[in-house]
Amino acid sequence: MSVINLLQEKATNARKDLLKVVHHAGAGHIGGPLSAIDLLTTLYFNEMNIDPAKPKDPERDRFVLSKGHSAIGLYAVLAERGYFPNEELFTFDSLNSRLQGHPDMKALPGIEMSTGSLGQGISAAVGMALGAKLQNKNFRTYCMIGDGESQEGQVWEAAFIAPKYQLDNLVIILDYNKLQQYGWAGTDTERSAPNELLEEKWLAFGWHVIRIDGHSYTDILQAFEEAKATKQKPTVIIADTVKGKGISFMEGNYLWHSKVPSDEELANALNELNAVGGL
Amino acid sequence: MKISELKKMSMRDTFSTALLEISQTDSSVYVLDGDLATSTKIDVVATQLPEKFLQMGIAEQNMLSVAAGLATTGLQPWVATFAAFMSKRAIDQIQVQIAQPNLDVKMIGAYSGLLTGLTGKSHQALEDIAIFRTLAHMTVLAPADAVETAAMIKWANQYNGPVYIRLARDNYPIIFDNQYKFELGKGVLLREGTDLTIISTGTQTSRAVEAAEILAEQNISAAVLHLPSIKPIDKEAIIQAAVNTGAIVTAEEHSVYGGLGSAVAEILAASEPTPIEFVGVKDRNSESADNDDLLNKYELLPTHVAEAAKRVLARKR
Repeated sequence: MSVINLLQEKATNARKDLLKVVHHAGAGHIGGPLSAIDLLTTLYFNEMNIDPAKPKDPERDRFVLSKGHSAIGLYAVLAERGYFPNEELFTFDSLNSRLQGHPDMKALPGIEMSTGSLGQGISAAVGMALGAKLQNKNFRTYCMIGDGESQEGQVWEAAFIAPKYQLDNLVIILDYNKLQQYGWAGTDTERSAPNELLEEKWLAFGWHVIRIDGHSYTDILQAFEEAKATKQKPTVIIADTVKGKGISFMEGNYLWHSKVPSDEELANALNELNAVGGL
Repeated sequence: MKISELKKMSMRDTFSTALLEISQTDSSVYVLDGDLATSTKIDVVATQLPEKFLQMGIAEQNMLSVAAGLATTGLQPWVATFAAFMSKRAIDQIQVQIAQPNLDVKMIGAYSGLLTGLTGKSHQALEDIAIFRTLAHMTVLAPADAVETAAMIKWANQYNGPVYIRLARDNYPIIFDNQYKFELGKGVLLREGTDLTIISTGTQTSRAVEAAEILAEQNISAAVLHLPSIKPIDKEAIIQAAVNTGAIVTAEEHSVYGGLGSAVAEILAASEPTPIEFVGVKDRNSESADNDDLLNKYELLPTHVAEAAKRVLARKR
């Protein structure tokens, strides 16, 4: 199987799982995890140097989900990758579960940093990359942030400091789905965002900036290669994505930020995904 | 010897010397600055061991989260900034990424309390004990003098977990000798007494001892129990003080809400109900002024502690 076919299959499985789990739990986020899933799948199945059997290996690459409300997307990918049994996904959001509503590094192996309060994960990722540099370790640190999250000042505090330490072992992936819970939607609607100019901002802060289609595995794979080849500065991959990606009636609709699908909506969504393929 | 005759010394100086020492001996120690190194005195690390010094700029939220990330890679970050900014600006980061995951990050709140050198209320930290002690896993410490400060820094270096240490800007009498050993969760009975016990922490401890001296001249016998460890707290010593003397005054350079006094009251209410008077900053906003004027207006002087002692004695059963 080609890499791209593999990634597509894994991402489709993860999409199905996360929809089923949110339906089962009666709570959770959907739109954000769906926009992130192709990026997450590529990280965990191709890009990162990780071993689910050794989740605490000091040499492992790190991933921080700064947009912690997409936890269920990450859990689905981690389960698919073998960090824990697939059935455990259905404990999501229940008492004593390792799968907390937002990622908890103490609860679940494979979670590198507790997040949920937006803006914080990116700073922790800067700390991890800096820790690698200070100790001459070769692991790389990846961190996904959201576009809504980028309204937090702390994101720009982190963006400001990372180039000072020449963190070329750090890659920030911006899941640019252009929708958030309610705040604003893209740039050309009634509730349009303030001047975004995201590429210009990151460039001005001294980062290597790559812009890609966040659902194109070819694009994603190439971007990670370019990041690895970039020296002396951190890289941000601005990934244009679609909120609710993969489910026609969810795509581009902010209401699916954290809406729970009905039985019928779940069945329709799974049918659409079955048509794409996967398990 | 009376407390007023003791040599005075800065906590900041012994803190930074101890920090330099552990930075030299412990390869995991790194020092993070939020552009206050000349105030907190961690500039000694910058000048003498620059590879151990990480300038994070004036961005406390990022600084504390970066420290969390560093800690996950096996390092022991020491973050020093003003207590006001540590406790009020970055507390969400500290809760989610340091306290809850129980990471080995040491947080030094320099310039705690009321006396911050004419800087006024924005730079004073009268809430930090209350804020930090509500966080699970968090250890909260406040030394009384420069010797105890150094002992605490060395202890914290050996301890694995999040620790907040509240320091003061100004010079305080040296109460402890060089043999002093800090013990987590243990109080230090500085002065015996039979009529009441003054329970104090941090900078208010030397003022509490001075208050006991004032009271002794009036034939009132006040014990002084210093609690350098506010969380965990020495429950046994507090109950024993209540049993032995039947009246308590708490003294802290902090709001009367949520700090040492509240912690002591929580224990006594549950175990040994005892009359208490609370010395601390009442429900007021402070202002810029010199030390003596502030201590007087906000009622933290030894004379205020002594007055509180008389009030509690009047209520003693």
